[in-house]
Parts: sequence; C-alpha cells; structure tokens
Amino acid sequence: MKLTGAQILMKALKEEGVETIFGYPGGAVIEIYDALSQTDIEHVLVRHEQGAVHAADGYARAKGQVGVCLVTSGPGATNTVTGIASAYMDSIPIVIITGQVPTSLIGNDAFQEVDIVGITRPCTKHNYLVKNIDDLAKTVKEAFYIASSGRPGPVLIDIPKDITTSKTIYKAPEKINLKSYNPTYNPNLKQLAKVVSLIKEAKKPVIFAGGGIILSKASEELRELAYYANIPVTTSLMGLGAFPGTHPLWLGMLGMHGTFRANMSIAECDLLLAIGVRFDDRVTGRTDAFASKAKIVHVDIDPTSIHKNINVHVPVVGDCKATLCQLNKMIKQQIPDKNFPDSKTWIDTIQEWKKTTPLAYDQKDIIKPQYVIEKLYEVTKGQAIITTEVGQNQMWAAQYYHYDSPNHFITSGGLGCMGFGLPAAIGAQKARPDKLVVDIAGDGSIQMNIQELATAVQHCLPVKIVILNNGYLGMVRQWQQLFYERRYSCTRMEFAPDFVKLAEAFGAVGFRTSKPEEVVSILQQGIAINKPVIMDFIVEKEENVYPMVPAGKALTEMLLV
Amino acid sequence: MENGKTVLSIIVDNQPGVLSRIAGLFSGRGYNIESLCVAETDDPLVSRITLVTKGNKLIIEQIKKQLHKLINVITVHDLTETKYVERELALIKINAKPKDRAEILRMVDVFRSKVIDVGHEHFTIEITGDEEKLKAFINILKPMGIKEIARTGTIALARELQ
Ligand SMILES: Cc1ncc(C[n+]2csc(CCOP(=O)(O)OP(=O)(O)O)c2C)c(N)n1
Repeated sequence: MKLTGAQILMKALKEEGVETIFGYPGGAVIEIYDALSQTDIEHVLVRHEQGAVHAADGYARAKGQVGVCLVTSGPGATNTVTGIASAYMDSIPIVIITGQVPTSLIGNDAFQEVDIVGITRPCTKHNYLVKNIDDLAKTVKEAFYIASSGRPGPVLIDIPKDITTSKTIYKAPEKINLKSYNPTYNPNLKQLAKVVSLIKEAKKPVIFAGGGIILSKASEELRELAYYANIPVTTSLMGLGAFPGTHPLWLGMLGMHGTFRANMSIAECDLLLAIGVRFDDRVTGRTDAFASKAKIVHVDIDPTSIHKNINVHVPVVGDCKATLCQLNKMIKQQIPDKNFPDSKTWIDTIQEWKKTTPLAYDQKDIIKPQYVIEKLYEVTKGQAIITTEVGQNQMWAAQYYHYDSPNHFITSGGLGCMGFGLPAAIGAQKARPDKLVVDIAGDGSIQMNIQELATAVQHCLPVKIVILNNGYLGMVRQWQQLFYERRYSCTRMEFAPDFVKLAEAFGAVGFRTSKPEEVVSILQQGIAINKPVIMDFIVEKEENVYPMVPAGKALTEMLLV
Repeated sequence: MENGKTVLSIIVDNQPGVLSRIAGLFSGRGYNIESLCVAETDDPLVSRITLVTKGNKLIIEQIKKQLHKLINVITVHDLTETKYVERELALIKINAKPKDRAEILRMVDVFRSKVIDVGHEHFTIEITGDEEKLKAFINILKPMGIKEIARTGTIALARELQ
C-alpha cells in the first residue's frame, strides 16, 4: 500500500520508538500534523520553537533517549537554531524535523523559505534535505542512528512539502550501513594496560569525569572504579550526578566556579583520569598550568576531543562505559586486595582543603541565593530533577544542590544559553512524570522563554520554577564588579514583571518572599501543588559566586570572597 | 615539520552539500585552504577531494580528525606522510610580441609544455607539473607580460609500493 510522505514519517518515527514530539505547526508541515493526529504519538505544543528544541533536549537527558521536535519552514526553522546549537555543544541526541517549501520552489526565495540545512550545518552532527520520497524512511532511520550513536548530537531533517504529500511504498533498510561513519566503542587494550600501571603507581590520583559518562550511562562503572581504587572524583558541570554528590570521595565540581579542593586537587595530583570530558576553557583555566604535575589519561569517544585543548599522555578512544568496564576488569585482575599505594595522606590533604575552604555563605536578614538552593535540596531530599537557566543561578545550582544520580542535573553547559531551563524542565517532566522537576532560574533568564509556562499549564506538567531574583543580570554584574570597577553597564533589570501575577495570568501558581524564615515553607507549599508554580525569592542583590577563577588564570588563582 | 604543506586526499560521498561541509569546517575553525580540487572518481557515488593546507602538527592532526568526523567523509589520507605524486595544470595567457615568440617557444619546449592557442598578440600555454615546476615556469614568463593565469590546484595520489 502506498503511503504519503507524512504517513511514512510517522511510521518511521514509530519504528524508532518515538512517544512524544515537541513542536509547532505551520503551512509547510500541515500534512505532517494531519498524519500525526492519526497516530498515538503525543504532541506537546510549545509557544516558541526554541522552546521545542530545549524541551526535546531536556526530554532526551531525563530519559536517556532521543528527543524529537517538529517545526515549520522559514521562521519555525530559524527559531530552532539556538536550541540546536545548545544541544550540539552538550552532545545531546535530538532529531529536529523541519518543513521546507516544495522542491520546485527551493532556491526561489519562496514564502517562508530558508536554507536551514545550510544554516545548521555547523551546529548539527549531521543534517539532511530529503529530495526524494523514497529516501525518507531511510533518512529518518539514519538520523536517529547518527543522533544517538558515537558522540551523540542533534540531527536535522528538512522535508519539502511536496514530499509530505506525494506517495510511495514504505521501505526502510533493516540495518544502517554508513561506510563513512563508524564510531570506536571498544578501547585499545594496550592503552588500557598503560592506564592500569599508572593507577598502580599513582600516589595522588584524581578522576575528572564529564558528560560523556552520563551520555554513555557509565556512572555505575565510574563509581566502581573510584570505590575500588579509592580515587577522589571531580566532574565538569555536565558530569554532575555521574558520581554521588554525597560520597566522601566527592570533590565537588572543578573549574571557574569549582570548589577549592577540586581545583587544588587538579593542581596537585600526579595522575588525572579524565573520562568523557572535552577540557572546556571554563574547566581548565590557563591550560599550561592545568594538572601540570600529573600524567593525564584521556578517555573519549570523539577522537577530535583528544589533544585539542590539553596534551595528554595516554589517549584512549572509546565509549566511556565500554572502556570503564574493561578497565575495571583489568584493575581487579592486576591489583588484587586493594593493593594500591597508600593514598591516606592524599585523601587527608583533600579533607583538609575541604575543612579550611569549604563552599560557604553567610545567611543574615536578606535571603542568600545559596540558602534557597540548600533548602531546596533539603526539602526535595535531593531527589528532584534540576534544570537551570544560565548565570549565577546555574552555578549555585551546581554547587549547593548535590546530585546522587545521573540525568538529574540538566543545564546548557557548552552554549550557556539563557532561556534553557523552563522548556528543558517541561521536556524532563514529560519524560519523567514520576519526578519532581525544578527549574532554578534568574530573574533575567526566566524572561527569555517565560511563554513556555503556557505549555506547562496546557499539558499539565507541574514544573516548579525557583527564581533567585536579584534584580540584576547577576553573572555579568559580578564580572563588572570584579573586573570593571563596579560599572554596572546595562545589567540592572530596572523593570521586571510581577512574577506572582504573571504565574496567575498563565494559570499557574505564584509565591513570593523576601524573608529568610519563609523560604522553607514556600518551597514546601510550592512543591506540594500539582501545577506549575513560580516561587520568586527576592535575594541579596550583589551576592557573588565563589570561588571564582578569573578567565585566563590558573585554577589555583581562585578568588575566594 | 612546523607549518609544512600538507596534501590531504579525501574520499567523500558524491552528494550535494559535502563540499560546503568541508569548506565550512575550515572556515569555522580558522584553518586555511591553500588549494582544493574535487571530482568524481571511477565510482560515481564517491568523489576525491585533494586539499592542500598548512599548519603545525597539532593543527594538522585536528584537521584530519575533524574531517573524519563529518558523516560524508569516507577516508582521509595524509599524502605528505607517504610517498606521493602530485600534479597541477595551469593555463597561461601570455603577451607574445613577435620579438619574444621564439624565446617563449623555446621555454615551452624546455618545460615540456604546450601552446594550445595562438593569437596576434598572445599565446595560451598549457603546462602540468608539480608546484615547483609551475612556479619556475611562471617566473620565467613574467618578464614577457602574463595576461591571465588559470590553475587547477594540486591533485595527488600516493605511490604504489613496489
Ligand atoms: C541567550 C543569552 N544571552 C546572554 C547571555 C549572557 N549572560 C550570561 S549570564 C547572564 C546573566 C543572567 O542573569 P539572570 O538570568 O538574572 O541570572 P543571575 O546571573 O542573576 O543568576 C547573561 C546576560 C547568555 N548566557 N545567554
């Protein structure tokens, strides 16, 4: 039986196990939306296409599966670009389906035509323009395979309108065979043997884990390694949750706003096991001073990550999970009875750093933003999925909430994209209806995609928004304070809406307080309500995120207060 | 080899947009393309791109890995790591005043090139060779007044092991 392109697309999506699509209709995809209505695939109608991509991103991270979004041609497509770029930087598997003008009009500057394949070439893992309906089913299959294999990433499929309406017989290949694409999953054993002997000799080892651990679902294996060999662990922002944030071996996050002990450990360690990381400049600080006393092992599935920013001694190309499984096996065979060099002095040194220079703030009569996060952690017993906006709120969410499991901290790490948190929370809530999902926001960022509150209300997704309302674009203000002699150029938000009324206008619930003693009860009340809720905490205006490594400085050159 | 010339032979899917992916990779990451040649191979589904670039060892390593990461790139060979043969073709239109004609023809002969178009005032010469040879030839012709040059850029293949 012949099917229309739109029906073929739906069938192909079903084959990939797609249950939910985040999207926004329009002329070029009207046929697709019609076919969609005839399936049991759920559609979440966002209020802006950027929201659709961030939601698909949040969904993908919370569920550990490919997220899907669907938008129309032209403005629908261009509105997705920021979301795609964010997913690309963080290696998140999503498939973006865009409508396109009919093939006969492509290149004519037709109504709502943009070259979205051209625009997104540098920010997708791969993209397609489907020019022949017979390629459609195969293209969808390839797109999902590419998005979710190797180093994951966003893949875009641009489908002209005439392809969605013309008909053919559904025909998809059994298996994807891309002669040009063949990620290396299994590590080179000779390289791993070197790693084992380095671990055997190391007196001051540190594990530095990243988003790759979470993407490859390797947290268990990471924990096994750290526990068995008694190695302290730090992670990048993207790696939070890969290792339990409450374990004695946990160092806290490293980098520009990393903990004192994490940054000191990097500077002092003699062996750095970097796994599933890409050595972002926000992590390394000045690169020549980064782990300068250490032998560095770098495990990553993407060969381009290796030797890109940091020169390493033992590169291992491979999937984090496959590599750690193998490494754990070899270590257990070769270093029995926990016969490791005595790491007591090293662990003691780290404990000492923790004692002398912990993360700290001083709660008096004005609410400290850190206090809100700490109380949120207590009230939620550390079980919530946290998404964030970008800025100080994001860093405090990383420092003061402790993540014991992967896929519980969802943030725009690489792109640092304000407006990410709310739509990502919506996606995460859709993926995990059983979970409490909280967006930790700044008063600036939340205004970037606040329209998505309507999406949350319409689709009964009871996400919670905690605004740390400091009346400033806080992180930029912090830089202006520290490096521009307090010249607060354009960072004062002189006007902001009344977030409580705003919540109500959207059909959500709003709370506000400026009193420290009310923080806990508002959190409790807000969380208890089975609806989207905004909790607006009026916090200390000029609080800064510390420690801070000024850009371009070595990790040890931390500003502490 | 600091900033040495590197000749990459890249086999890609013969599809629209592939060249733009490669060009975009170079411009987006600040790498330099010195010359570029693209044509179908004996297999119509794949094309060979011969690309000449410069950079230190780390940059060249990144370029190769980044190229490899593109889904449509099938193989990347760094010919400068092995023995290879390279050729470039140039068409040179040169002023050919009667007094210079004999000298030009002598040079054409010495360099084993060919005159492929003759006018009252000009010759067009076809020459193939490696970069060095073309450079030398062009230098010698310069004093007579070169009107126009079209060059293909390098194409290259690895030598077969004997
Ligand atoms: C889309 C976007 N625009 C601009 C920036 C630059 N930027 C980074 S942090 C920040 C301030 C964010 O302010 P707010 O959301 O109020 O959070 P705070 O830092 O006060 O917690 C800005 C403007 C960005 N990251 N993303």
